[in-house]
Amino acid sequence: MAKRPGRYALRLVVVGYLFLLVAWPVYLVGKNAFADGMENINGILEDPDIVHALVLTVQVAIIAVIINTVFGVGISMLLVRYQFPGKRLLSALLDMPLSVSPIVVGLALVLVYGGRTGWFGPALEGIGFQVIFSTPGIVMATVFVALPLVIREVVPVLEEIGDEQEQAARSLGANAVQTFRRITLPAIKWGVIYGVVLSLARSLGEFGAVKVVSGNVLGETRTATLVVEEKYLNFDKGGAYATAFLLALVAVAAIIIVSVIRPKEDR
Amino acid sequence: MSIEIANVTKRFGGFVALDDVSVSIPSGQLTALLGPSGGGKSTLLRIIAGLEQADSGRVTIEGLDATNLPPQKRNVGFVFQHYAAFKHLSVRRNVAFGLEIRKRPKDEVRARVDELLALVHLRQFADRLPSQLSGGQRQRMALARALAVEPTVLLLDEPFGALDAKVRKELRDWLRRLHDEVNVTTVFVTHDQEEALEVADEIVVINEGRVEQIGSPDELYDQPANDFVMRFLGPVTQLGQQLVRPHDLQIHTGTADPAAVTGRITRVTRIGFEIRVEVTTADQIVTVTLTRNEFLSLGVQTGDTVQVQVAEQVHIGAAYPQTLGAA
Amino acid sequence: MTSATLVTDRPALKRRAAQDGRRLLTRVSGLGLGVAMLWFSLLVLIPLTAVVVTASTGGWSQFWQAITNEQTIAAIRLTVGTALLVTIVNVVMGTLIAWVLVRDRFFGKRALEVLIDLPFALPTIVAGLVLLSLYGHNSPLGVDIANTRAAVFLAFLFVTLPFVVRTVQPVLAELDKEVEEAAMSLGASRFTVFRRIILPALTPAIAAGAALSFARGVSEYGSLVLLSGNLPMRTEVTSVRILSSIENDNLDSAAAVATILLAISFAVIVILDVIQRRVVRRG
Repeated sequence: MAKRPGRYALRLVVVGYLFLLVAWPVYLVGKNAFADGMENINGILEDPDIVHALVLTVQVAIIAVIINTVFGVGISMLLVRYQFPGKRLLSALLDMPLSVSPIVVGLALVLVYGGRTGWFGPALEGIGFQVIFSTPGIVMATVFVALPLVIREVVPVLEEIGDEQEQAARSLGANAVQTFRRITLPAIKWGVIYGVVLSLARSLGEFGAVKVVSGNVLGETRTATLVVEEKYLNFDKGGAYATAFLLALVAVAAIIIVSVIRPKEDR
Repeated sequence: MSIEIANVTKRFGGFVALDDVSVSIPSGQLTALLGPSGGGKSTLLRIIAGLEQADSGRVTIEGLDATNLPPQKRNVGFVFQHYAAFKHLSVRRNVAFGLEIRKRPKDEVRARVDELLALVHLRQFADRLPSQLSGGQRQRMALARALAVEPTVLLLDEPFGALDAKVRKELRDWLRRLHDEVNVTTVFVTHDQEEALEVADEIVVINEGRVEQIGSPDELYDQPANDFVMRFLGPVTQLGQQLVRPHDLQIHTGTADPAAVTGRITRVTRIGFEIRVEVTTADQIVTVTLTRNEFLSLGVQTGDTVQVQVAEQVHIGAAYPQTLGAA
Repeated sequence: MTSATLVTDRPALKRRAAQDGRRLLTRVSGLGLGVAMLWFSLLVLIPLTAVVVTASTGGWSQFWQAITNEQTIAAIRLTVGTALLVTIVNVVMGTLIAWVLVRDRFFGKRALEVLIDLPFALPTIVAGLVLLSLYGHNSPLGVDIANTRAAVFLAFLFVTLPFVVRTVQPVLAELDKEVEEAAMSLGASRFTVFRRIILPALTPAIAAGAALSFARGVSEYGSLVLLSGNLPMRTEVTSVRILSSIENDNLDSAAAVATILLAISFAVIVILDVIQRRVVRRG
């Protein structure tokens, strides 16, 4: 097609918009993080409380991703391959976490698992299991907000591959477990990997829900995103930018990994 | 009898796919389930394989009641229309799948797979992925995969449906020869009457969830049980009240005769060696097919008045004597 | 990747769905469903129910009082108003961006793809910091919108960027170019082709993206913390309002306001479901 001025104008508008809204601001965070050379980064890496926050964040994210992957792949298989009453409702409800405010997520968990007045909280604390203001609560909040991500990647792939390969495996003598491990899992592998990468990015970065349920105790339940807020509000902008930079780095890496592996799937 | 299907009924919601079907499929033969799309033939095949459960009725495979057996316990080979190739496994691993599941020794698997790949002419492609094969090659791989486990019966669901006309014809011949070589009881589903007539020892015609007729290709073609089977197995035209095959009609230019119908040639079409003549009679258009030589020796052309009648040597089954009248 | 995967209708899929959609649960899969439902209930359904139940325990008048509080009303109005405005911008800009990404070809397009997804992957608190560095007190552009309503708008715009783009893009890529060529051969101008052929095909995807974008805007919290100043009656959004109720240990009124947000999220999900079903039916 012939190049038209309209095409260049559109291109310019889009590039300009994305530059001003995303590219430039993100670049500035990197620049601010290294405004004093490596000092900011070294500063946070030498602070044991911040290191604790980073480690906690990574631990929580990994647990959340494992839970969401197992649950997500399982529920995707059920949704695509089986028929049961209430399937449509369940399918719609599974998307809820994407559109619920993280603060509401936190509130909802506090109302049920809060140690003092929650529905189940006092009973759980009675048997020595504290959820809110403790790691289990942070994990639950993180699992909640990232819940649909694996499902959303795996369901379309399962629909796309159909079940003929699985039927062929069954007719060749494979049982359900063998069929899943040898045929289904390799076929949905990339979908699962995207889901995991996206969930990991989302889990590392959760802020609002964690803020409500964690209690934000320095050196105990404070996570990396809470550190960013705390540092900024306490006028340690260098520390805030450095921590934000580390988080942004993970996010960017996640997107790049996804965009690199995605086209391969089509081949 | 190898496969006994007794009073099988299957519904999908309100749709009746199979309505009290009973069929016996003989051992060692190549049987075709023939019928129009949506007539229930694939459902029947899937019920034999255990991929679908019948609502009622029994399925017996080589004397063993298989009605409630899951597919992996039936020892049937199933070949899908769209190949169902395991995309992430090489051709070799695809064929070896069933044997690996059965935990056969590595050497044995290797030998058996080599043997099968040779049988389906895919030895040089053993290490390719299915995506690097053509449709015909993929289907041959699927066949080898199904045969690897030495199934009691081999079931093929429209095996050539997704292939183009030429490859389809080649594979059809090849399937016939392969069957004569390995001699496993084989059932294949097709909606292509030519395919069924050419390949099968026995044909089961299925329509609207019911068996219309069972018989050898000759029996079905020459002695169709009803109009549906007659229409489905080949071209038909109407002469008066009779349903006949166009190539069973004769044209002559002699004087009117009580066994013949008078008409005028309104159209002549040549398709290769065959000439299709349309004769318009008082109340209908009759199609007659002639060989080119027959047509030339008649010396007629469009606009001529001719007599049309059923050829004398034609045997017409007693199934519909009411239409035989003049013959 | 953030898109609502609109079910595009492929004949093969439809056929299969008709066949094995009827596969009933076996004992093992039934058990699996049971465990999954138990977990989903404990994590999502019971807690969300708890919000609504808590909101209603004080009776209608208490609920009404909580949500008609002057400061709450201002917060809801700001949140919903800004989310609507942002959604309108996204409908236009998102479609435009999707168009350029699908139909145009130029150096660096891959980089733009990454930029689109960044707001989704970036932690919200970092997103706030990011925007602050260009549009805050030390703005290299000299635009300081920190602690203003414009900051709320900007934050919403940033976090909702991917939604319309990512829902429209695949649909646009799958559009049959022959239909457009047919329309042009019948004498339609490029604009007419866009308005009469392309836009109607994209409408369900745009609507789905808009719904997601609106829902995300309404529920946003993290990116505003550092950016908007959370000034009551001015830049305080609903989520912040709920948080301050929680922090003041006033869980009942937090639950009341949260119920409003839940109702909005639920409405969005229902709308999405209806749109998807309509797309499937249209084939």
